[in-house]
Amino acid sequence: MSIIYVLLSLSLGVALIFFVAFIISVKKGQFDDTYTPSVRMLFEDELVKEEPSSSQESEKTKNKSE
Amino acid sequence: MTTCFHCGDPCLDKEIKSGENIFCCHGCKTVYEILHENDLGYYYDLEKNPGISPEEIEGKFDFLDNQDISKKLLEFNDGKTAVISFSIPSIHCSSCIWILENLHKINPAIKSAQVNFPKKTARITFTTTSSAEQKELSLKNLVLLLSKIGYEPYISLEDADKEDKRKDHSLIYKVTIAGFAFGNIMFLSLPEYFSTVDFSLDQFKPFFRWIMFGFSLPVVFYSGRGYFTSAYKGIKSGILNIDIPLALGIAALFIRSTVDIIFDFGTGYFDSLAGLVFFLLLGKFFQQKTYSYLSFERDYKSYFPLGVTRITKNKSGEITEEQIEVNKVEKGDRLLIKNNEIIPVDAILLKGNALIDYSFVTGEAEPIPKTSGDSLYAGGKQQAGIIEIEVLKPVASSYLTQLWSNDVFHDKRESLFQNLTNKISKNFTIGILSISLISTLIWLWLDPSKAFFVFTAILIVACPCAIALAAPFTLGNTLRIFGRKKLYLKEATVIEKMAQVDTVVFDKTGTLTTSQKNKVEYEGIELNQAEQNLLTGTLRASNHPLSRALYKILHQHNSIRFLDDFEEKVGKGMTASYQGNTIKVGSFSFVNSGKSIENNSTKTQDNFQNKTSVHISFNDKYKGCYVFQSEYRPGISEVFEDLSNRKKLIVLSGDNEGEKEVLTKMLPKNTALHFNQKPDDKLNFIKNLQEKGKNVMMIGDGLNDAGALKQSDVGLVVSENTNVFTPACDGILDAKEFYQIPSFLNFSKKSIQVIKWAFLLSLLYNIIGLGFAVTGHLRPVVAAILMPLSSISIVVYTTLSIQLKSKKTFSNTK
Repeated sequence: MSIIYVLLSLSLGVALIFFVAFIISVKKGQFDDTYTPSVRMLFEDELVKEEPSSSQESEKTKNKSE
Repeated sequence: MTTCFHCGDPCLDKEIKSGENIFCCHGCKTVYEILHENDLGYYYDLEKNPGISPEEIEGKFDFLDNQDISKKLLEFNDGKTAVISFSIPSIHCSSCIWILENLHKINPAIKSAQVNFPKKTARITFTTTSSAEQKELSLKNLVLLLSKIGYEPYISLEDADKEDKRKDHSLIYKVTIAGFAFGNIMFLSLPEYFSTVDFSLDQFKPFFRWIMFGFSLPVVFYSGRGYFTSAYKGIKSGILNIDIPLALGIAALFIRSTVDIIFDFGTGYFDSLAGLVFFLLLGKFFQQKTYSYLSFERDYKSYFPLGVTRITKNKSGEITEEQIEVNKVEKGDRLLIKNNEIIPVDAILLKGNALIDYSFVTGEAEPIPKTSGDSLYAGGKQQAGIIEIEVLKPVASSYLTQLWSNDVFHDKRESLFQNLTNKISKNFTIGILSISLISTLIWLWLDPSKAFFVFTAILIVACPCAIALAAPFTLGNTLRIFGRKKLYLKEATVIEKMAQVDTVVFDKTGTLTTSQKNKVEYEGIELNQAEQNLLTGTLRASNHPLSRALYKILHQHNSIRFLDDFEEKVGKGMTASYQGNTIKVGSFSFVNSGKSIENNSTKTQDNFQNKTSVHISFNDKYKGCYVFQSEYRPGISEVFEDLSNRKKLIVLSGDNEGEKEVLTKMLPKNTALHFNQKPDDKLNFIKNLQEKGKNVMMIGDGLNDAGALKQSDVGLVVSENTNVFTPACDGILDAKEFYQIPSFLNFSKKSIQVIKWAFLLSLLYNIIGLGFAVTGHLRPVVAAILMPLSSISIVVYTTLSIQLKSKKTFSNTK
């Protein structure tokens, strides 16, 4: 049954890693703005001007901007 | 009607086209073209009509060239690269985020930009010194660029100073630590809960218990620290607040559990301890809903520009202009005030035509013309070209800012207000302490060995966790519901104060009336169709706010004539001609200049003294005038009727008595009306009411109400646009929801009732728990079940009943 000691310290270790990760993320400001990143990730990727892209999406954007 | 491709406003004027798209004004068209040129057309794909029409800004930001000012504003500057955070109130949709984060496409000197949408700020990194591969950009040009595309940043020194304070994360840390410990301790307590089932786990008990002890240390000494300090402060100032029994409970739990495991009496109550602290902090966290993009703390400094242009003459008589900080302005200085700049001092007008908009101060939107030699008060916004003024009083001692030297702006009055929880906790604490002492004495006599356990058990079980949770969750929910109904409160305690209000004081201009002008009445000789058409054409050519307002009303009925000749005299009026007919539109004296006033018009002149009017003459013959009616918000009669049954109502107006008749007709008879109230009169009026024992709610809007708002128990600001800056207050109400005021007051009362019921419910739990404790049967499992159960049921009860009541209250109106 002494395996419990090993398991326990392992589980505590894992829990502590997540805990520390959370604290660090708060410190780095990841919880300061919980809205904007969710919008930002939905923006279209930028089109590279030099090489004409064949996808429909880029055609549309191009037409609009002309 | 076609709407603008950029901002979505209806296009009133002749359509302005660029390519296929139609715009309402040249400003919008310019923004479109800038974005178009820089391949930023995606802006219009993200949202429909996302844009904001840019405002006239010429010269407005010249003060940014001053090194001292820009130094204070920049967050970081190493000579090459600078970082600045702007507050941009016009951020409102995903297109805004996109365009601001793609600024580098417009100007390569901008390195990066990051938008914080909830706070409406943008943090911009840009290059300040040019090098081979990088272009440079000055702070002023950056601001001008932003303004040009419709995102004019709001700049004030006060805000710049505030940014230094780092966001306080300590509550998040405390909650996480408590939650983390709570989960792990529960997990480790499992063998204890089932100790009768499996004896093989018994050998681990001591080991598990010491780990639990380890987990409880940060919970008590970090997460729970706030309760000990607050209890200590309470005792020191002689107030038995709710934190005293809480701190006692936490201490009892910790000491008892530690004693238990040291002497191997049992497991201790570490699980209950961590759970208790976790739930308490969760309540605190929930109550802490803030509308970070709204500011409730602004004073006059936020309205005034940071810098002004000073004109100095050196010995040889050369005139130089320089930018100086606004608080360095001294008496006798000559200042240059440009179009759309705010006058920061009391002054005398020296040169130029002044048209001063005092809407910041009084809430009245109509600008007042001034001629040289007139005195100007601080807070007005110049609207017609450049003027030169001589300073009479510097910023800090001007007519307007003197209001802020009043004590209300310096005292912290928080201690005066005793909230419901603390009122109850006084009796509660005394009760608990006496019960525990009495039963300890009894047990000392019955069985001394058990006395310590009974004493601690009572303190543990009596810990008013549920009581402490009732208020935060009820008020937190109410705050959110109010927010959904567009009443944004500064903090949750305002709700408790609202429930106690018995006197409501209203400001008139801007609060009861709307700032929009769309109701006119014509007085005088009727105009024929040709004359009306000419008038409409003339109005169209002018940018004066009254002309714009009148044009909006008239142009629907009349066709437009294109004028042969047009001339506008700033602050007076305009002259126009078409096919030999001349029209004069403007102030009475301008329209009638050099003419003998006809008999009937003298009468008219008396009439419109107190009113806003536009006068018209044709071929030098006086015709009549359009009188603007100040328009009252819809539903104010109902609001007053509704409130008058239960509360005393008062209207305080800074204006003259011109509107007295209308108001007495519209409002209930017992409403008191007071006119000609200066800002500090209003403040003192409220103070007087309070000294008579009234709980006063002030509803106002302009800077002139700032003192009264601060002095009152609850100060609400009515605002047409919550992005526009409002004076310091306890809450901001969207003007469209004005008719809801009785419901808001009602609902705050209901919230307090919910809290009271929740108190009863949690007392019930405490009595059950006490039954176990007094008789000496409080096993750790019982405590571990009872405590979370009571907390969770209180949370569920308050949340559900608040939601239900909000549906009832707000569905009845409208």
